Amino acid sequence: MISVDIQTVLPEILLSVYAMAALLGAVYTAKDGLAKLLTWVTAGVMVVIAVMVAGGEGATSAFSGMFLDDAYARFAKVAILLAAAAVLVVGEASMERRGLLKFEYPILVALATVGMMMMVSAGNLMSLYMGLELQSLSLYVVASLNRDSVRSTEAGMKYFVLGALSSGLLLYGSSLVYGYAGTTDFAGIITAATDGHVGLGMLIGLVFVVTGMAFKVSAVPFHMWTPDVYEGAPTPVTAFFATAPKFAAMGLFARVMFDAFGNAIGDWQQVIALIAFLSMFWGAFAAIGQRNIKRLMAYSSIAHMGFALLGLAAGTEQGVQMMLQYMAVYVAMNIGTFAFIMSMERDGQPIADISALHQYSTVNKTNALAMLILMFSLAGVPPMLGFFAKYGVLVAAVNAGLTWLAVGAVIASVIGAFYYLRIVYFMYFGEENEGVEVNMSPAAWTALMASAVIVLVGFVNFFGIEGAAQAAAAALVK
Amino acid sequence: MVGLEHYLGVAAALFVIGIFGLFLNRKNVIILLMSIELMLLAVNINLVAFSSYLGDLTGQVFTLFVLTVAAAEAAIGLAILVSFFRNRGTIAVEDVNVMKG
Repeated sequence: MISVDIQTVLPEILLSVYAMAALLGAVYTAKDGLAKLLTWVTAGVMVVIAVMVAGGEGATSAFSGMFLDDAYARFAKVAILLAAAAVLVVGEASMERRGLLKFEYPILVALATVGMMMMVSAGNLMSLYMGLELQSLSLYVVASLNRDSVRSTEAGMKYFVLGALSSGLLLYGSSLVYGYAGTTDFAGIITAATDGHVGLGMLIGLVFVVTGMAFKVSAVPFHMWTPDVYEGAPTPVTAFFATAPKFAAMGLFARVMFDAFGNAIGDWQQVIALIAFLSMFWGAFAAIGQRNIKRLMAYSSIAHMGFALLGLAAGTEQGVQMMLQYMAVYVAMNIGTFAFIMSMERDGQPIADISALHQYSTVNKTNALAMLILMFSLAGVPPMLGFFAKYGVLVAAVNAGLTWLAVGAVIASVIGAFYYLRIVYFMYFGEENEGVEVNMSPAAWTALMASAVIVLVGFVNFFGIEGAAQAAAAALVK
Repeated sequence: MVGLEHYLGVAAALFVIGIFGLFLNRKNVIILLMSIELMLLAVNINLVAFSSYLGDLTGQVFTLFVLTVAAAEAAIGLAILVSFFRNRGTIAVEDVNVMKG
């Protein structure tokens, strides 16, 4: 029995044992001298584990339903592991140039990734909480990785306080759900709903749980930490925040909503539809005034989370499938975009002001073209992949009868296109100024180009992730 | 007779005090950490009260996890606070304001 359980959680065990061994090894030997090696090895280990996870089949649960391994968890885990590995590799040179490549960085990222894998596999409120906290606590530390910078430590501080608040809300909700359902098991909680609704006590618990998770995905009105944390954290760390943890948080959100409250869709659908609506609009409006590209990407991520939540709000299998595809496309676009942003420099100092991009196309045509493709894709211009991802969630929302929300999403997307296109405008038709040097490492350049190519040619067949996303959604929505 | 609802009432009150402590406090960050701790302890009261009411041990197991994580959380919060203080020379909440907008 126990050997079956261990077998099921083997990927998590391997990654966490690797992280602890690497920590001990680095402390007893060369410390930061090993950082570069550790970064690459960690990325390699993550890719190996991703391949291992991808080979899994069927649906098993371990430790009396605490931990679930199904097609849904595997889809999310592969995406999380690959995104984390890509961000480590892409950010390595940039971290090194800023003197931030400490050996703790890859280890903390690995531990955060273990937490994310736990989150998407959670089958119980307790394992949910442990996974979430493992992820969050590691992320608070990486946000303030640049110990000598006021901004970085302030980012860590804000992230910590608001993150702890959201964990508290989620936990309070969990305690109420436990009290009124009499169990913390998702399989038990789902039976507490009768005629498509839960009782009043559980409803309050459900709202607290949704609030806590809305914080983690940075949906409006619980988004206030995002711009500050994105701006303050070192850019490669911001790239990490914008990819894997977002996927994991959305994965967890859908997991809890369907596995634990799947019989009471009417109770949470309207709440999620509302936060999706607010996120899309606020993400589109608030980004217009931003001059700092990292803050701009923060609002962009808020808007994108709104679109992903649109798929979840549909409350259908199709909605979950489109949400997963949306997140996969979002992560692919963001890795490329951040590979560019983290390489922006002037006189060796990192720079994040979008006005530095004026006339960039005259400096480097290829990079400017790749950024143009990525910006168009983020804005949702056909035929880039970003458009098809948005189209997918819109269709899911309309099919679920949320036409008003889909119409709102289209309007928000048009408003949001303004700030993406402004960056393109600056690069191609901007005025003369000091300009920017984009000092890209081979890995970052490869990521930028690969990401641009993916969003450009992906519409042909979505690289086959459609089938995997469909199987994942079918495993979640029964 | 003290029943379940009394415990839930106390827990709810503590939880709300914790949230208000986070948002209304203008003094220093240590008080934020105390407020967070208060929220988590309110949750623990809830869990233990439900656990005893339902005659089910799961809630108490959950409480132990929450306590452990709260300790780790406090350690990380204080560590971040120390490095913030080194850079900024203050821990007043109103000075946590380099980034805005």
